[in-house]
Amino acid sequence: MSTTDSLAYFLPELVLSAAILAVVLLDLISTGPAGRRASELPGSVALIGAGTALVLTLGLPSLGLRGLLDDPTRTWLFSRMLVFDGFSTFFKVLLGLALLAVIWMSSGSREVRGQPNEGEYYALLLAAGLAMFLMAAAANLLMAYLALEFVSLVSYVLTGFLRHNRRSSEAALKYLIYGGVASGAMIYGMSWIFGLTGSMDYAGIARGVAALDPASRPALFLGLVLVLAGFGYKIASVPFHMWAPDVYTGAPIPVTAFLAVGSKAAGFAMLLRFFYFGVGPGSPLASIPVTQLATVMCVATMTLGNFAALGQQNMKRLLAYSSIAHAGYALLGFVVFADAGVKAVLFYLAVYYVMNLGAFWVVMLVANVSGREDLDGYRGLAWRGGALPALALAVFLFSLAGLPPLAGFIGKFAVFAAGVQARLYALVVIGLLNSVVSLYYYARVVKVMFLDQPQAEDPPISFRLGDLGAVGLLSLATIYIGVRFNWLLERADEARRVFTG
Amino acid sequence: MTEQVLSLMIFIPLVGMVAILCLPARAHSAIRWTGVAATVPPLMLAVWLLRHFNPTAPGFQFVRHGSWIPAFRIEYFVGIDGVSLTMVVLTALLCFICMIASFGIEKGVKGYYALFCLLDTGMMGVFCALDFFLFFVFWEMMLLPMYFLIGIWGGPRREYAAIKFFLYTLLGSVLMLVTILYLYFAADPHSFDMTQLAVLVRDHIPLKVQILLWFALFVGFAIKIPAFPFHTWLPDAHVEAPTAISVILAGVLLKMGTYGILRINYGILPAATLAPAWSRHSLAFWCLAALGTFNIVYGAIVAMAQSDLKKLVAYSSISHMGYVMLGMAAFTPQGINGAVLQMFNHGTVTAMLFLLVGVIYDRAHHRDINGFGGLASILPVYTAVTGLAFFAAMGLPGLSAFISEVLVLLGAWREYPSLTIVAASAVVLTAGYLLWTLQRMYLGQPNAKYLTLPDMTFRELFTLAPLGAIVVFLGIYPTAVLDLQSPALLRLNEQVRAATAAPAPDLYAGGPLAQRAAPETRE
Repeated sequence: MSTTDSLAYFLPELVLSAAILAVVLLDLISTGPAGRRASELPGSVALIGAGTALVLTLGLPSLGLRGLLDDPTRTWLFSRMLVFDGFSTFFKVLLGLALLAVIWMSSGSREVRGQPNEGEYYALLLAAGLAMFLMAAAANLLMAYLALEFVSLVSYVLTGFLRHNRRSSEAALKYLIYGGVASGAMIYGMSWIFGLTGSMDYAGIARGVAALDPASRPALFLGLVLVLAGFGYKIASVPFHMWAPDVYTGAPIPVTAFLAVGSKAAGFAMLLRFFYFGVGPGSPLASIPVTQLATVMCVATMTLGNFAALGQQNMKRLLAYSSIAHAGYALLGFVVFADAGVKAVLFYLAVYYVMNLGAFWVVMLVANVSGREDLDGYRGLAWRGGALPALALAVFLFSLAGLPPLAGFIGKFAVFAAGVQARLYALVVIGLLNSVVSLYYYARVVKVMFLDQPQAEDPPISFRLGDLGAVGLLSLATIYIGVRFNWLLERADEARRVFTG
Repeated sequence: MTEQVLSLMIFIPLVGMVAILCLPARAHSAIRWTGVAATVPPLMLAVWLLRHFNPTAPGFQFVRHGSWIPAFRIEYFVGIDGVSLTMVVLTALLCFICMIASFGIEKGVKGYYALFCLLDTGMMGVFCALDFFLFFVFWEMMLLPMYFLIGIWGGPRREYAAIKFFLYTLLGSVLMLVTILYLYFAADPHSFDMTQLAVLVRDHIPLKVQILLWFALFVGFAIKIPAFPFHTWLPDAHVEAPTAISVILAGVLLKMGTYGILRINYGILPAATLAPAWSRHSLAFWCLAALGTFNIVYGAIVAMAQSDLKKLVAYSSISHMGYVMLGMAAFTPQGINGAVLQMFNHGTVTAMLFLLVGVIYDRAHHRDINGFGGLASILPVYTAVTGLAFFAAMGLPGLSAFISEVLVLLGAWREYPSLTIVAASAVVLTAGYLLWTLQRMYLGQPNAKYLTLPDMTFRELFTLAPLGAIVVFLGIYPTAVLDLQSPALLRLNEQVRAATAAPAPDLYAGGPLAQRAAPETRE
């Protein structure tokens, strides 16, 4: 499809771009030359922009474009750079929701609010959202690389947003260095793949891989491994996870939540699209041990994430390791390398969005009122005015641990069911044992909040009921999805249908 | 009406929970009575069930089928038969009693009663669920309230006990989940239907794998029973839990283990139950008969060494649940009937014991057996009730546990004579530790410290009286329960025996999940 025709399908991204410009300009106008008084305006505009993009994303398929989605040939936009299909729409909705939530969250964050450069913050956040939209749709090596770099660059700045905080700056630097290495490796791998298959877009790569003579397979494998490294970095899977704990701890909490939820989802979108669509389960890839490699990554990610989380004393760090572990569970769906697996990963990521975002939100609320992120700051939270946030956090954490009837259980259930269906029994058992381990550290937080009594030095705290709205919404969603999840499964099923028909 | 009874029994406590959460936290008595009110309708419905249950009708009764998650073919499917009827009644009764027994809780009353209601829903659901997924959801749903109930309202080492209970049970359910998924995908068509699963998977899973699955399920359930060596959570959890929660733990939760084996191991994998698994003996022999006998002796010996009254009762539970395991492993009409009757009887007797421990602890604030003496002259009513409970636990003729233990031993004798001799001799040990305790606590010189202890209150008597009446009544007229459960149990017995007598030759061939045409033997 030509560039001008493509624009109709690119409306959400255009709206986001417009919102970025608007936020930058408004920030310029609304802050006076002296004193740099921050205003509510940039945040509100960002919220409206993200909301509009989300509505448009949801609306596009019904804007007479529905027929295109059902078309077995995918709709290529911008001269085969992006793809508009159910899969990208699923992720765009997810990412749009994440963006919206994080902007809402930021407007209540003490770290962000009132900072002199608050306007830039929202512009950057929107830019990250835009880049993630592109990641979800990219179906061309060049576009994929650019989108990924776009996300990374914006994330480095967002991580270092707290300029006077040494941890924040250190995290940004660490992120930058790891990111540089990973993206270098990835583009090197991409060049191998391009050289072997002679194509940049995924459909061409699929044809090229199918026609590849067996002697070149080791070379292809090398290329794929290097590309996998780049994706692995984005989803924070072992052994490319080292940046995650420091970055998650150092960054402002809304940014951490965005990295944990949005960045990971976008990374998975790219990973799945590249390996399913570009290389394809039916291709001779079966003779290349990429899935074996992914199996090792999956086991290592789950296990390391969970065991490292056991001893953490800082909530953000604990959730960072937990999010590494969750990348491992989602990878299990990828290892399945079949339709059921893709569906499970999509479902899992959607569920993960709800519960993890909720957990970070509570962490932010507590940090706002008490200024503490360490576990001791949560002592007896339920008994000194924080019963509702403590209850919500308990729901999110038990959901992350995978206990029914909460959403996280269904997510794990879908992933493990896909694993059993593919007869990956050992992997499933390892995954399940891991979730027993994870219960220990999640329950530890719950224990500190509910079972421990507040000490004399723990001040009573109070939350405004308005702050709790989002948390309440997310915890209700966690319970609701745990009981009624058929609709979400169907959405995930529709989204994965674009791959294998 | 008949369709909705079980759903009402499951979800009325949940409604109660919501109601409690809406009440102000300071309205203690309103919360307490709402809690009681939430357990009364299930109890009344349980009585209604007893009257309208038709023991001779095959299959499940009061069935409710509803679509839940079509994508995985998960259904909301509940129903009961002779195996679960007594358990449902026991759950309804004990929940009601424990709500009243919890009136002494002063800290966080709202949270306590809300969680208790949730626990009630979970337990009731486990015994009624006929969809494997639903069963699992209810099974896990009990963990959270239990964790908090032990962890917040428990004794000094509550946190350790709570997390230990939580992790142990979760470990068991992990094994169960893998098995559920395996069975689901092995079934043709894929299904979670517990009533159909046996037929659907029979020809698609080789016997060796069935045995493996059976064992995985068994470990999951054995943790709950609890059977040696998975029992170590039990003394901690029981000792630390508040009185009412100990009653629920021992009275209902332990039964879930043996109920699960009956319903799922026997019901879905009958062929693996009696097939030779290891050194020419079946899993039923190793895991249930041999281990059960060991539990009887082990529990009794360890109980004898305890100086904490609650710990003694906890270990006696391990011993008494051993009889259930032995009885159900025999596959004789007497054995299996005895086992299920013992499940019910142990539920009532041990509930009495824990309530009585609570009574003395509320007065003396310790449970050291050697710290009392001559209580009979200070607390005559209390001593009389305790005597009844102790003699029932001992298996004195005329009281309920005697009937079930004798049935178990009679039934087991035909299959496992040597084990039965050991199990029967252990009755002496049981009598030993109980009588010795009775002597140390209630006879002899009264301890001067406790001369002014008040006797049991009306509320305490009210919680114990129905249990005591049941213990006496079933000791004299056990047929009341046996008639209800026996036909279903005999069918189950036959089903397992038949599956072993003529295993389809097909079972030994083919890989896992082999999708081939079903042989004619399929029903």
